[in-house]
Amino acid sequence: MFHYYVSMALRSLRLSKAQTALMVLVIGLGIGASMTMITVFHAMSGDPLPGRSATLYVPAIDARPLATTRNDASPPDGNLTWPDAQALLRAARADRQAAMTGGSAPVRSTRAGESPVYETGHYVTSDFFRMFGAPFSAGSGWRAQDDEQRARVVVLNSGLSRKLFDGASAVGRTVRLKNTDFRVIGVVDDWHPRPLFYAQLDSRAFGRSDEFFVPLQTAMDLGLDFSGRFSCWGNAGDGRTSDHCIWLQFWVQLDSPAKARDYRAFLADYWREQQAHGRFPRPVEPGLYDLMGWLAYQHVIPDDLRLQLSLSLGFLAVCMLNVVGLLLARFLRRASEISVRRALGARRRDIFLQLGVEASVIGLAGGVLGLVLACAGLWSVRQRPDGYAQLAHLDLSMLMGTFVLAVIASVLAGLLPAWRACRITPALQLKTQ
Amino acid sequence: MRRSPMLASLTRHKLTVLLLILQVGFTCAIVCNVASMIGHRTTQMRQPSGVAEDELVMLESISVDEHNDPLVRHTSDLAALRQITGVTAAVAVDALPFNSNNWSNGIATEPGGNAAVTATAFNGTPGERQALGLRLVAGRDFLPDEYLPIDSAHDWSGINHVAATIITRALADRLFPGQDPLGRLIYPGDGPVRIVGVVDHLLRPTLDESAGNDYSTLLPLLPDSGNVIYVLRSAPSERGRVLKQATEALTRLNSNRVLRHGQTFEQLRADYFSRDRSMIGLLLAAAGGLLLVTAAGIAGLASFWVQQRRQAIGIRRAVGATRENILHYFQLENFLIVSGGIVLGVVLAFALNLVLMEHYALRRLPWFYLPTGAVALWLLGQLAVLGPALRAAAVPPVVATRGG
Repeated sequence: MFHYYVSMALRSLRLSKAQTALMVLVIGLGIGASMTMITVFHAMSGDPLPGRSATLYVPAIDARPLATTRNDASPPDGNLTWPDAQALLRAARADRQAAMTGGSAPVRSTRAGESPVYETGHYVTSDFFRMFGAPFSAGSGWRAQDDEQRARVVVLNSGLSRKLFDGASAVGRTVRLKNTDFRVIGVVDDWHPRPLFYAQLDSRAFGRSDEFFVPLQTAMDLGLDFSGRFSCWGNAGDGRTSDHCIWLQFWVQLDSPAKARDYRAFLADYWREQQAHGRFPRPVEPGLYDLMGWLAYQHVIPDDLRLQLSLSLGFLAVCMLNVVGLLLARFLRRASEISVRRALGARRRDIFLQLGVEASVIGLAGGVLGLVLACAGLWSVRQRPDGYAQLAHLDLSMLMGTFVLAVIASVLAGLLPAWRACRITPALQLKTQ
Repeated sequence: MRRSPMLASLTRHKLTVLLLILQVGFTCAIVCNVASMIGHRTTQMRQPSGVAEDELVMLESISVDEHNDPLVRHTSDLAALRQITGVTAAVAVDALPFNSNNWSNGIATEPGGNAAVTATAFNGTPGERQALGLRLVAGRDFLPDEYLPIDSAHDWSGINHVAATIITRALADRLFPGQDPLGRLIYPGDGPVRIVGVVDHLLRPTLDESAGNDYSTLLPLLPDSGNVIYVLRSAPSERGRVLKQATEALTRLNSNRVLRHGQTFEQLRADYFSRDRSMIGLLLAAAGGLLLVTAAGIAGLASFWVQQRRQAIGIRRAVGATRENILHYFQLENFLIVSGGIVLGVVLAFALNLVLMEHYALRRLPWFYLPTGAVALWLLGQLAVLGPALRAAAVPPVVATRGG
């Protein structure tokens, strides 16, 4: 019987080619647009450090003065002052902790005649590599005493290492950053977390990557160039080390929920103690965010993209309303045919099934079209100038998702018209004809 | 034509009519909000930067030579750049509108006072205002003896010693509303800085949604770090050649540097707004797609109805209705349905706008988008129904005599 319904549906669809094509096109457009955006969203909401992210936290202490304008009242961005970062480092209450900030420098090997390349990197403290599980292909990070001694050591990402040393081993070699020689002590293996969660999060968080890592204290001493937001207030100078300029990011590793609870208490104590000394005028208790919570809190997925997702879902809704209306009109036009079938003994169930099959065939065709359109849509997303563009690929789970969404949507769209049509009474229709 | 038979006919198709009204309503709500977003972004993109946009090229130079005083190098670089034919001005600066290099300071109006606003500090070598083409609306330019190094090696402490500033009109109006700003003192650093001039516009290096996009101060501070941006002014047609020759001249003078971001100001602006442009394209596509789908839906349903009512149309024609009567019947029917959709759409548009303002910091929907959207949908509905309605009008009266 099911087979018969399928062939009936195909025959009926062939009879009104234009209207069938219209419905398939409308479903295809709706599915294609929403699938494109759901795929981009899915790719961007991924965990940049699977397996580790649950134990990584950001302590957010808002050191800014009281807000005077609406613009100042923005939520804390997690940036700390130098004294606060030093205090948290020295207290060492977490399993691991590191302070860090972005930077950039002209880099070259010490071979003669090489012209420098301009690269971005990070200035970090020693726990950074083990805390984030940076994969070393050679050598290792530095130790805590190297931080203290302002050691001139550098860890390279493999891209820069290849560029400088043509694939030869870089560990032990010397590179020149700006105007100072550094000894390479480790090379990390193409490590590009997406988004670059540990840096300042902004609209470019998905496009950045770091090519070198240098001890933070060393970078401060040598006056290397910093990058990223550096906000100061008050009238007491704009020093990197002053307690009214926020610019450092801080991460801690806490291996159990109990430790996280203790760390929260420690932060609250620190905050109250500093308040007693006249700092932290904002009445905001310090927060402790885990990695994924932090990404959500800082809106690492740009608002524009969330807006595009909502828009595509709204578009799908209008497309589906459209298809419901067209299917309803289509089924009701066949009222006489249905009433004859009913009079010949077909149950409501049979009519419902027959029309449901017809709706599903349209939905399936719309799903195939939607898939093609989603591929085209993802291609267009990959042409965007944004850093997340290269993440926009269709994977198997999304492929299945498209089909499920298309079939569910069209079956739902077919339910109401089929239900309405199977309520046609046989006698009345025969009489009026 | 009397209305009542039409309404009676519509009530026979309650569910279908309801679906159509819903569809038109959703489309109206979404399209009005999308149009408002497009309008807002276009306004953002059209903000005047204040500089002579079509005459400027820039080149960033990053020195890796430690045995060299940056101030001396900038002077010799600029001398070489001014030698290039067609260059009417060359300056070294640390920031430009749209270049994202934003050094903002809280501006107090009394010593030790609270900073009421933050403003970007633009610093550069003498002649910066003229080279950028900023229009001075009051006061004077900086005097030669007012310039001093920015002292980047010591946390840019030059800002604590600088004595004069030129500010934008927007900042002047914000700090001293209704008063003459010339001669007044402001405190971007430790010490007092006197306002000696006011320029028309100077957009900040990064823009946001606040009213402070034009809050800028020009300071007579000389860039003295390894990184500097050289800005050259020339006739628009000469820009490509000037940029190429500038790169060659700087490399010839000292190859111990990285040169990057060599581009025209127009490219800088285009890059800054590239996301907005792609977003506008996407919003336009979404609005167009919605209208198209809705038009297709209206046309599709109307042609179903025409087919369904062929016999009734034939009877009406047989008893004396003209082709125009039939045509107008379908047009009026469509008008009624779309009007219902628009009433719903206006309510939904405001509701949607409230949700968007809550979640995406969007602004309130300006009222004029609603009547515009309504007219657009009425026209769209009439256009979509025209084909089926003409087919209906073409039904010959003889159909009435045939079986259905």
